[in-house]
Amino acid sequence: MRLGYKIAVRFLKSNKGQTLLIILGIAIGVSVQIFIGSLIQGLQKSLVEKTIGNSSQITISSNMDDKIISDYDKLLTDIETADDNIKEISVAADYPAFLEYSENSQSILIRGFEIDKADGIYNFIESIEDGTYPRNDNEIILGVDLKKEYGIQLNDEIKLITTNQDTVMCKVVGFFDLKVSSLNKNWGITTLSTAQNIFDIGNTITSIEIQVKEAAVFTADEVADKIIEKIDNNNLKVENWKVQNEQLLSGLQGQSISSIMIQVFVLISVVLGIASVLAITVIQKSRQIGILKAMGIKNSSTSYVFLFEGLILGMFGAILGIILGLGLSLAFTKFALNPDGTPVIALYISYPFILVSGLIAVVSSVLAALIPAVKSSKLNPIDIIRNN
Amino acid sequence: MNNILELKNIDKIYGTDIKTQVLYDINLSFEQGSFNSIIGQSGSGKSTLLNIIGTLDKPTSGEVLIDNNNVGNMSNNKLAAIRNRMIGFVFQFHYLLPEFTALENVLMPYEIKGGKITKEIVKKAEEYLSLVGLDNVKNNLATKMSGGQQQRTAIARALINEPKIILADEPTGNLDSDSTENIYELLRKINQEIGTTFIIITHDRKIAEKTDRIIEIKDGRINLDIRK
Ligand SMILES: Nc1ncnc2c1ncn2[C@@H]1O[C@H](COP(=O)(O)OP(=O)(O)OP(=O)(O)O)[C@@H](O)[C@H]1O
Ligand SMILES: [Mg+2]
Repeated sequence: MRLGYKIAVRFLKSNKGQTLLIILGIAIGVSVQIFIGSLIQGLQKSLVEKTIGNSSQITISSNMDDKIISDYDKLLTDIETADDNIKEISVAADYPAFLEYSENSQSILIRGFEIDKADGIYNFIESIEDGTYPRNDNEIILGVDLKKEYGIQLNDEIKLITTNQDTVMCKVVGFFDLKVSSLNKNWGITTLSTAQNIFDIGNTITSIEIQVKEAAVFTADEVADKIIEKIDNNNLKVENWKVQNEQLLSGLQGQSISSIMIQVFVLISVVLGIASVLAITVIQKSRQIGILKAMGIKNSSTSYVFLFEGLILGMFGAILGIILGLGLSLAFTKFALNPDGTPVIALYISYPFILVSGLIAVVSSVLAALIPAVKSSKLNPIDIIRNN
Repeated sequence: MNNILELKNIDKIYGTDIKTQVLYDINLSFEQGSFNSIIGQSGSGKSTLLNIIGTLDKPTSGEVLIDNNNVGNMSNNKLAAIRNRMIGFVFQFHYLLPEFTALENVLMPYEIKGGKITKEIVKKAEEYLSLVGLDNVKNNLATKMSGGQQQRTAIARALINEPKIILADEPTGNLDSDSTENIYELLRKINQEIGTTFIIITHDRKIAEKTDRIIEIKDGRINLDIRK
């Protein structure tokens, strides 16, 4: 083996141009793989983040006609202990109402939250553009779209009319921008107790909203199943984002498959490239192999020569490819920028993925060297000696 | 004297569809330490015979015994080991590894044997190289040497594992007469000093006459076998 390695190194060194060319070929394959992989993963992450990063990923609501969940304290402790992957739990009392402000009126969804808990999911406090968040009873915040449309000012009073025709006045203490115009137009956010008072529902809620840890986002359905099992209540409905976003999911899956396809084809072309070049090398070196065999080298040792060539080429190719791929990715995030200086697409640089790409390149280089290795072991020295 | 090499009823037939018989019932034995030459017309079967002796080629029928061991049923690895330890080859067309220097070429059979490169073995290789007069080109790549220098490197290479037999196929085929003379004197010296058995194919009758035994092959048969 040691001799096989030594001869392999010498063969590669004595044909530097060819060696560099193969290494470059492998490196380009690896770098394309890393770049495309990081791009697609980054794309998917930001898409998922945008879609469900600031919303409820598992929502528990009532099946009953009145939509009310009472006695929710026990429920909350049950949920909390259902699965380790649960990150945020927030209760909400949601009711539709009619908003009146000077001459204008429209329907609106009043959402009563425990603000600090709900902030874990929706990030309100950061998304408030103007003013503050509701702390006291009868304080409310509205979306920036409503502010623009009706000219509502900070600290203005608005009138809310419930479906029972009760009328309540609320003070607007802030305006939020949740980056989704339907929310900015239709939500009015207030404290839980304000909502409970307005709608006269006592200490009850209408939904529990949950976010899971990042690593469990794509297994939210499993977390939801565990919650169902734990709370064991047929009057409650547990929905997860995957059911609600089937189209997004199949889109992501399609993207992943096409990304894998691209990577597989890059890999195949790299393997074919190495295999064909090494196959030529066997012919180029058949004279040397014949001489070595005449001097008594074992057939297995000549195979090692080519396997080592594959290994060395694969390793250098992988290292160079990783450098190129990371460089390309960094350049992309540095130079392809939005006007505000953020990258157009935030690449997701995953070191395990890069490592695996490199390893795959090394393994496939060795595999590609198998054919020439077998060929060289079958070479009969007498054919070389006789046919000089 | 005991026989280092024995050939029994060797036939060699080339081809499967169109058969050409090249060797007919060859029986020969070579004593340890002897200095033999094989002569004969071009195409008479000399190289075929030498390759069979060297286990590179297999006879169609008959037996080859090296040091009283029948090589006919040996595995490829066993044959490789015999070639590596027992036999040194000097081919007509040098056959050095062009990627390696003269010194590295000389060391190659030793490395194939599995030996570690030590100061001692390098010194020994250098001694063989100086024995063949190549002190000043020992670090040249094989491609950066003249034909005669490559030839002499091949001889040093054949010696490194101190084989019992050296098989040389027209080792001076394309050398001038002075160099040819030098090479033969060298081989003779090694034969006398180390006791290596030599079998040398040559076209050169003058050279053949200096050996202990001349075997003439004619149309695949032994025509003459003269010992001094
Ligand atoms: N692979 C082969 N297939 C068929 N015939 C072959 C083959 N190799 C050699 N021969 C024939 O065998 C005969 C002997 O060849 P060989 O090489 O042993 O001759 P030689 O005595 O060494 O000749 P030279 O002095 O020219 O080297 C020749 O007639 C040659 O044509
Ligand atoms: Mg010949």
